[in-house]
Amino acid sequence: MKNYDKLLHDLAPQKFGKKGVIWTISLVVLIVLGIIAYIDQIIRGQMVTNMNDYALWGVYISNFVFFVATSFVATVTVAVLRLTKNSWRTPIVRIAEIISVSAIIMAGITITIDMGRPDRLMNLFIHGRMQSPITWDVIIIPTYIMVSLLLLYFPLLPDFGLLKKYYEDKKPKLSKWYGKLSLNWTGSDNQKAIQLKSIHIIAILIIPVGFMLQTIDAWLFSTLYRVGWDSTNLGAYFISGASVAGVGALVCVVYVLQKAYKLDDYITDYHFDKLGKFLVLVCLIYLYFNLNEYLIPQLTSKKGATTHINVLFVGEYAPLFWFVTIGGLIIPVIVLLFKQGRKPLPMFLIGLLVVTGSWWKRYLIVTPTLLHPFLPIQGVPEEWRHYFPSLHEWAITIGTLAMALLIITILVRYVPIVPIQKTADEQEELELNKNIKS
Amino acid sequence: MKNNNTNSRRKFLDKGLKLGLITAIGAVGLTKIASKLNAKTNEGSTGKMELMTTDGTIIEVDSSEVMEMDHSKKQQHEEAYDMREGMPNRKFVMVIDLAKCKNALKCQVACNKQHYITGDHAWLKVYKMQEDTDTAPYWMPTTCMHCDQPACVTVCPVDATFKRRDGLVLIDNERCIGCRFCMAACPYSTRVFNWSEPNQGDITMLMDMENQTEHNSAEFAGLPSIKGTVDKCDFCPHTIKNNELPHCVTACPNGVFYFGDKYEDTVTNGEETLRLSKLLADKHGYRLMEGLGTKPSVFYLPPVDRLVDFKEGLESFTDFKSVD
Repeated sequence: MKNYDKLLHDLAPQKFGKKGVIWTISLVVLIVLGIIAYIDQIIRGQMVTNMNDYALWGVYISNFVFFVATSFVATVTVAVLRLTKNSWRTPIVRIAEIISVSAIIMAGITITIDMGRPDRLMNLFIHGRMQSPITWDVIIIPTYIMVSLLLLYFPLLPDFGLLKKYYEDKKPKLSKWYGKLSLNWTGSDNQKAIQLKSIHIIAILIIPVGFMLQTIDAWLFSTLYRVGWDSTNLGAYFISGASVAGVGALVCVVYVLQKAYKLDDYITDYHFDKLGKFLVLVCLIYLYFNLNEYLIPQLTSKKGATTHINVLFVGEYAPLFWFVTIGGLIIPVIVLLFKQGRKPLPMFLIGLLVVTGSWWKRYLIVTPTLLHPFLPIQGVPEEWRHYFPSLHEWAITIGTLAMALLIITILVRYVPIVPIQKTADEQEELELNKNIKS
Repeated sequence: MKNNNTNSRRKFLDKGLKLGLITAIGAVGLTKIASKLNAKTNEGSTGKMELMTTDGTIIEVDSSEVMEMDHSKKQQHEEAYDMREGMPNRKFVMVIDLAKCKNALKCQVACNKQHYITGDHAWLKVYKMQEDTDTAPYWMPTTCMHCDQPACVTVCPVDATFKRRDGLVLIDNERCIGCRFCMAACPYSTRVFNWSEPNQGDITMLMDMENQTEHNSAEFAGLPSIKGTVDKCDFCPHTIKNNELPHCVTACPNGVFYFGDKYEDTVTNGEETLRLSKLLADKHGYRLMEGLGTKPSVFYLPPVDRLVDFKEGLESFTDFKSVD
């Protein structure tokens, strides 16, 4: 019969080492700082931010858009690679699902931080109106949370069953929990058939739901008149941008987990190579939509568009814009085209660059547009013509990012990162093929 | 065969119809009897009642026969003023004559004072406009445009900002969740946000002064402004109700602002009253950013044949501070 012992020994969730504990504590400290800053914001009002009547949205919104974008990773990797039958996805899908769940939960939390009256959150349900894009968001975000949770949960059932047995003697309490979570998984053919069907339905369902989520996020901006947002390109632009942010985040997390849990036998150079090629693909698609977004308006050079684009190309936001475009898109494409660039370490560095670029990209989508309204900015304090987040905003934003990482950390602590059952099945299949050939 | 069939069908229809008729009559009869029975039971408990007919004679009727009429209830309902519906059969508009404006800023001072707002968040702004280096500069006061297709109302997720039948776009700041989507949607940058506790002084005293009993401030001169909600020019419903003009109209020393009712086709700046349609036709009235399709209720008359020098206004123009 199958030999799960080695697999379970390697892949069962492990207790944190010293580094893990330090990592978790520092995340908790950052979160506590963020919560303190947020409480102060509630008491004193959003005066503590650097937002004003012109820069009326700031880093909270761009951070929200970043989280929504990153949550797209489950759609692009799990669902799309599944439907296209790319079998190299096995050891990384669980990680993608975990990132997705964490990011979309944080998106739901961050959007309320931007609200002036979070105490009136229930008004969205009591007085909600369908014509507002915010109501669409209120509907699609919980939906995506549910779908991505199920996509994480269903494939976990057999693994929970295995872990229940594995911990039966060592940790009876933990074993009991895994037993409950496994929903009495026995591995019978009947159960397997139901599970497979459920996974297939969810994996297909998450594609339209994911596309809707990203598109609605884009429509939050493109339904408004402002130059830089009023673009028919924005839906597709956001979907492709979300793929970049998602796959970038995936590369980083996969690398860290491979190193931290010594998963070299399961996540190999081969997987990084494939991930690297995938990242190049999504970066190129995003680059294409970037050309549409910036160069075509520049060619027709309507007055408003020219002002906006000049601010990005040569003006106040030029350094950031070129960092995001060259560092976050062009350099990754070039480096990843070479085989040496798709080795784990360079991939990790490129992944960090892509994620940082993606975060600042959202900032560039939100802020410069607001600072160039149709009527000139006059009769207000000079500092209202610029925007850079305040200390409170940074503390809160870093707190939310830390919280996203903490959710990932906790899930990684209790959930097998690499699917055990699936790996076992695939190994068995491989053996079988070998035997047939010989 | 065929004949037989149709015959039997006819018979069936005939019988059916008759049966239906009988049941209908029976039902009507039954209800009549039932109502009479009901009336009889009522009779026992009440007495007679004296009423005056339309020609002035007094008659006596059984009180059970007297019933409240439907429309009397309706009338009561109509009298109850709905803040979200607005004043019936009105459509308020404003005309701003750019030829007369010389940036005296009295409108802004009055507006700030009467709405208890600070200069940074002034609802009324006077812009120094110059579209191009080759075209003439001019002063342009802006209020809320009270659009007929308001972008802010479309995007509000909770119906906190609303459009009324009398043309006004107002904010229910008891409901606003502070998402600022309306501010992003407004192409005229007219909306302001209460980033902190608004500095309005003693609210209870002020509200007493304004004779405001209701807490809802949508119609009451921006009182009280609430932290974390959006404010903007309200077209002064509190003065219109008393048949007075908005504060900016009365405060302007140059008669720039005209206010009126589109249905009456008249606007006035306090000194002269003009036909709206004629004024707009004669002086080539236009609206800001007509191309966006927002259909503002504020019209502009172009800055032609100006009576004042543009430079005069520069004295009171400060780039970074509006009047407090």
